[in-house]
Amino acid sequence: MSLIRYQTPEPTVWSPFDRLSTLRDEMNRLFDLSTPGFGGREDRLLGVWSPPLDVFQDKDHVFVKCELPGMKKEDIQISLHENALTISGERKNEREVKEGDGWRSERFFGRFHRSVTLPVLVDPANVKAQYKDGVLAVSLSKAEEAKPKQIEVQIS
Amino acid sequence: MSALTQTEQRPPAAPANGAQRVAYVTPAANILETAESYVLEAEMPGVGKDGLDVTVENGELVIVGRRADKETPGAALYRESRPLDYRRVFDLDPSIDTGRITAKMEQGILTLTLPKAEQVKPRRITVTD
Repeated sequence: MSLIRYQTPEPTVWSPFDRLSTLRDEMNRLFDLSTPGFGGREDRLLGVWSPPLDVFQDKDHVFVKCELPGMKKEDIQISLHENALTISGERKNEREVKEGDGWRSERFFGRFHRSVTLPVLVDPANVKAQYKDGVLAVSLSKAEEAKPKQIEVQIS
Repeated sequence: MSALTQTEQRPPAAPANGAQRVAYVTPAANILETAESYVLEAEMPGVGKDGLDVTVENGELVIVGRRADKETPGAALYRESRPLDYRRVFDLDPSIDTGRITAKMEQGILTLTLPKAEQVKPRRITVTD
């Protein structure tokens, strides 16, 4: 985020605004820092891991994406109950910290649980999931009755 | 701890022609310091090995990750992730041997190993008569 620049008139000789502009840059930086990132700082304040989740759709499919970097495929569970999709799992910290080592941590470890209600009914027999580059992508086929249908209307 | 941990979100300088500054996501990172090295892990989901750009210049470590999955599979109904690239800058501790930094990318986690130079490892000095 950037604040809109206050246009100071062109300084002729010496301008006290020089100092102010340094302050202004510093303020801009502070605002940049506080811009919340989804799945970022506000989660850290709450102390839970809530991985960011996206839902997309096209004519025949619903797609759910979830950012889960650094997990093992086996540690991710996906379940579908009617049109509620749940993604859950656990991320473990495998890095060993010995006594005397320095350690600074911003990443979350532990369990997470995300549920999303899909916009339409889906075919439970036709669900695919892929885990790549730390992103889980679930692809679901819309149930036949939920697909848009072309209806021929006879105009007499 | 040392200077590597004194990280700051340092946005790239605004383009001189007044163009819009590119927005980035700051990846969350863990840093472990042992007697021999630093190990840095940064979360960059959606970035593959090819989208990674790690540079060392003027005592700064700059990590840039470009998402491979910017195209969406259809219309977005609900969106929490931000379709932006990642960038983060770290000040490098002078003790780091920049020639031996290694990087690994696995399931959206960048792991950088930054070994310390030989001369800064603790040494025993024997006293001669």
